[in-house]
Amino acid sequence: MLAMPEIEAPLPEESVASRDDAALVAALRTGDEAAFTELVGRYGGLMLRVARLYVPTRAVAEEVVQETWLGVLRGIGRFEGRSSLKTWLFRILTNTAQTRAAREGRSLPFSALAQREVGADEVSVDPDRFIPQGERWAGYWASSPRRFDDLPESRLMSAETFAAAKQAIDGLPAVQRAVITMRDIAGFDSEDVCDALGLSAGNQRVLLHRARSKVRVALERHLDEEGAA
Amino acid sequence: MASELSCRELVELVTEYVEGTLPGDELERFEQHLVYCGPCATHVEQMRETIRVTGSLREADLDAAVADGLLEAFRGWRDGRS
Repeated sequence: MLAMPEIEAPLPEESVASRDDAALVAALRTGDEAAFTELVGRYGGLMLRVARLYVPTRAVAEEVVQETWLGVLRGIGRFEGRSSLKTWLFRILTNTAQTRAAREGRSLPFSALAQREVGADEVSVDPDRFIPQGERWAGYWASSPRRFDDLPESRLMSAETFAAAKQAIDGLPAVQRAVITMRDIAGFDSEDVCDALGLSAGNQRVLLHRARSKVRVALERHLDEEGAA
Repeated sequence: MASELSCRELVELVTEYVEGTLPGDELERFEQHLVYCGPCATHVEQMRETIRVTGSLREADLDAAVADGLLEAFRGWRDGRS
């Protein structure tokens, strides 16, 4: 047998990076530290963002993330893969965060805040963009919006555009921020989000619509400004 | 026959449209409107692009101190198992 040159020894970091969630779970069960580091790298930042939806400070959110991982390690032997690892992870996270938020004395749960947000009178697009009542074609666009997909991808997906989107999301009312973070950033389906936040499907949809509409307005403004500059 | 949607009404239904939760008759009115209304088609496209931009946001990694704390907790868990 040929001697293996040292340079071809497997690089642990590379092999870990290509592993999928199922393989990482299996490795984690055997106490594989690289698998743990990989999972924390993959989901840690997103977990912190979601935890931050529930608790008042970043420091408390970091504690929630830590507590969640302890729960994950304690429960990893029971994880059966019926839901995805990500779903399971975030279920533990939102339960942990909710318990912690209650202890921190946050006044109202999302379901109660949602009533207020849904009840507010809001439109998705500035009424001035439409032809006014009483005129011919009332309620139709006064002038057409501009397509986003005509822009170069490098501009639409630029750090500046991302910053504008993040700023708009940070400025949303609490439940709208929670819904768009879980649906569009974290990528969960509506059922999971309704469960996590205690919302009806209808309210979840209304708040998602309002959140997306506000982010759209922010992007339109940002991209117009850039175009004019 | 159901009355036509105005653009102002249509923009309130976009999320239901992209979520696939518009009831049949409303879906029909929505799609009929899109056939002749370029500005609304553009608006729907803007909403889809907005979803794509939001979906492309990436989180910063955890602070090193937090990540170190997690690693310590992991080692404690691993070494504490029988």
